[in-house]
Amino acid sequence: MGVRTVWVLAEVTDGVVSLTTAELISQASTLGDRVECFSFNVDPSAIASTLGSYGAHKIWSVGELGGRLAGPVVAHAMASVAVNEGRPGAVLVGQTYDGRDILARLSVKWDLPVLTNVVNVTGELPDLVSEHAIFGGEKIVQAHFTHSSTGLFAIRAKSFEIRDHQAVEPEIVNVPMSEEVVADQAKITRSHVEERVGPKLDEAAVVVSGGRGLGQAENYQMIEELAKLLHGAPGASRAIVDAGWVPYAYQVGQTGKTVKPSLYLAVGISGATQHMVGMKAAKNIIAINKDKEAPIFQIADLGIVGDAHKVVPQLIDALRARG
Amino acid sequence: MNIAVCVKQIPDPAAPGSIDPESKTLRRDGKLIMDDSDSFGVEMALQLVDKAGGGEVTLVSMAPNGETSGLRTALAMGATRAVLVSDPKLHGADALTTAKVLAKAIQRYPFDMVLAGTESSDGYTGTLPVQIAELLGLPSVSFAKKVSIDGAVVSVERQTEAGYDDVTCPLPAVVSVTAGVVEPRYPSFKGIMAAKSKPIETLSVADLELDSIAVAEEVQAVHDAQARQGGEIFEDDGSGFEKVVAFLEQLKLV
Ligand SMILES: Cc1cc2nc3c(=O)[nH]c(=O)nc-3n(C[C@H](O)[C@H](O)[C@H](O)COP(=O)(O)OP(=O)(O)OC[C@H]3O[C@@H](n4cnc5c(N)ncnc54)[C@H](O)[C@@H]3O)c2cc1C
Ligand SMILES: Nc1ncnc2c1ncn2[C@@H]1O[C@H](COP(=O)(O)O)[C@@H](O)[C@H]1O
Repeated sequence: MGVRTVWVLAEVTDGVVSLTTAELISQASTLGDRVECFSFNVDPSAIASTLGSYGAHKIWSVGELGGRLAGPVVAHAMASVAVNEGRPGAVLVGQTYDGRDILARLSVKWDLPVLTNVVNVTGELPDLVSEHAIFGGEKIVQAHFTHSSTGLFAIRAKSFEIRDHQAVEPEIVNVPMSEEVVADQAKITRSHVEERVGPKLDEAAVVVSGGRGLGQAENYQMIEELAKLLHGAPGASRAIVDAGWVPYAYQVGQTGKTVKPSLYLAVGISGATQHMVGMKAAKNIIAINKDKEAPIFQIADLGIVGDAHKVVPQLIDALRARG
Repeated sequence: MNIAVCVKQIPDPAAPGSIDPESKTLRRDGKLIMDDSDSFGVEMALQLVDKAGGGEVTLVSMAPNGETSGLRTALAMGATRAVLVSDPKLHGADALTTAKVLAKAIQRYPFDMVLAGTESSDGYTGTLPVQIAELLGLPSVSFAKKVSIDGAVVSVERQTEAGYDDVTCPLPAVVSVTAGVVEPRYPSFKGIMAAKSKPIETLSVADLELDSIAVAEEVQAVHDAQARQGGEIFEDDGSGFEKVVAFLEQLKLV
C-alpha cells in the first residue's frame, strides 16, 4: 500500500456512481500515485469502468450489506484490508450519512482524528493541506494534521472538478465481510424514497428555494410551480423542512444538499450562514425577501425587497404568458 | 430506562463568531449556553424515559472553564443529573478526543441508550456520536428523525440522501437526533428552581483515566474567502417581477 495511496469511498445510488465519488477520485489522483476505492451494496464490475475513467486503480468490494448499516461494516473492511496491505496516506469520503459514519468508526479503530466539512485538499502526499469554510463561507480555514499517519477527510459535495483521467482498468478484490458483531446490530427494515418532480436538486441548472417567509405549507406550491417553469428543481431552507412542509431531501445548506446551479432563486429565506454555505457557489443569485436587511441580499446579484405573495404570483403569470 | 444525553455548551450563536488569533481556533470563552441542537436530545430522552415508566436522564458535557449554565437549562427541563468534564488540557480538543472524554463520562452511570445531536452548531463535525458508539462497542443510528422504543429495541427513521430508512436496533445503542424530531419544552419556573439543587459532577481528565489525549491537527491559516459582491436591490413597487424576468432573459433562461 503505502503513503502515496489514497482510498476513496465509492457511493452508489440506484446503481449509479455519485457525482461526489467522481469528484473525490479526480482530486485523489492529484494527491498521490494510486487511488483505490471501497464499494458496497453494488456489483463492482458494473461500476469498474466508471471508477476507472476517473483514475481508480483498484476496487475493494465489500458486497451487499443485506440491511446492515454501512458504518460499522465498511469501517471494519477498511481496517482489515489495512492489516495486510498497510494503511493508505489518506482516506477521502463524501460528507454523506454513510460517509461520516464510516469515517467516525475508522477514526476510532486507527486512533486518528478526522477533518470534516472539507472544501479543498491540496498538496502531495504525505503533505496535504485541507480547507474548511466557516461562518457560512465567509472565511476559509487551512488545516493540516500534525501526525504523519493517514489523513482522514470528509469532504463536502462539489468541492472538486470532475476530470477525465486516462482510463484505467481497475482490479477488483472482494473483501470478506465481517462476522456480525455487536456494533452492527442495527438493521434497515425498509427504505423510503421521497419522490421528487423534475431534475435532481444537486444537479439542476436552476434551483428555486423557499423559506419560512412563505408563511404556510400550502404556499410552497408557488415554489414548485416557479421551479417547473424554469426547468429547475425546488429546494428549501431547514426552517420549513423542520416544520414538516417539505421532505428533508429538499433541504439546501450545511446539513442538506450543496447546490451549484447557474441560477439560485431564494424566496422568503433570510440567508443564515448554514443556508448560504450550501448555495453560495451558485453562478447567479436572485433573492426575494420583504426585509431589506436580510443577509441573503449581501450575496444576491439581484434583490427584490417585496412580499413573496405578490411578487411570485406575478412572476409566474409573466413566465406563463411567455409560454 | 436510563438515558445519557450529550449536551454541548456553546457561545451564544447570535453573537458573531470570532477566531483566536493565537491558536487560530474558534473563541469559546465567556458565557456559554446549551446548544439548541441538543435541546432535541434532552426532550427526546425525557419523553422516552417517561413512556418507559421511569428512569434517569444523565447529561454529559465537555466544556472549558467549568461552565454549567447550559447544563442548568437542560436540568431545568427535567434531566436528573449532569457530568461535566472541564480541563485546560482539553483546550482545542478535536472530535475524537471529545468522544473519548464523553465515552468515559457516560460510563459513570448505568445507561440503556445514549442520545446526541446530529451535529453541534459551532463544531458541526457530525462524527462525534458514532465515535462514541465505536469507543463503547455499541451499534449506532445517526440522523434519526423519529425515535421510538419497544422493550429493548429502538426503532428509528433515519435520514438518507433520497428519503429515509426504517432502522431497528437492540439496546444499548447510540442514537443521534436531528432538529425537529420533537418539540423541546421550555423549562418551567418549578423546573428552574429544582435545577439549582440537582447534582453536577465536575471532573478533570485525570479523573477519567484516559491514557492519551493529544491535539493532532493544526490550523495553519485563516483567510477571507473570495467575497461575493451583492448586486442591485430593488424595492418592489409592483414591477419587481419585471426585474426578475429581465434578469432571467439576460441569463437566457427564458
Ligand atoms: C447545526 C445547524 C445546521 C443547520 N443547517 C441548515 C441547512 O442545512 N440549511 C438551512 O437552510 N438552514 C440550516 N440551519 C438553520 C439556519 O440557521 C436557519 O435557521 C434557517 O436557514 C432559517 O430558514 P429561513 O431563512 O427559511 O427562515 P427565517 O430565518 O425565519 O427567515 C425567513 C425570511 O422570510 C422573510 N419573509 C417573511 N415574510 C415574507 C414575505 N411575505 N415575503 C418575502 N419574505 C418574507 C423574512 O424577512 C425572513 O428574512 C442550520 C442550523 C444549525 C444550528
Ligand atoms: N463538548 C461536547 N459536550 C457534550 N456533547 C458534545 C460535545 N461536542 C459534541 N457533542 C455532542 O455531539 C453532537 C455532534 O457534535 P459535532 O460532532 O461537534 O457535530 C452534538 O450535537 C452533541 O450532542
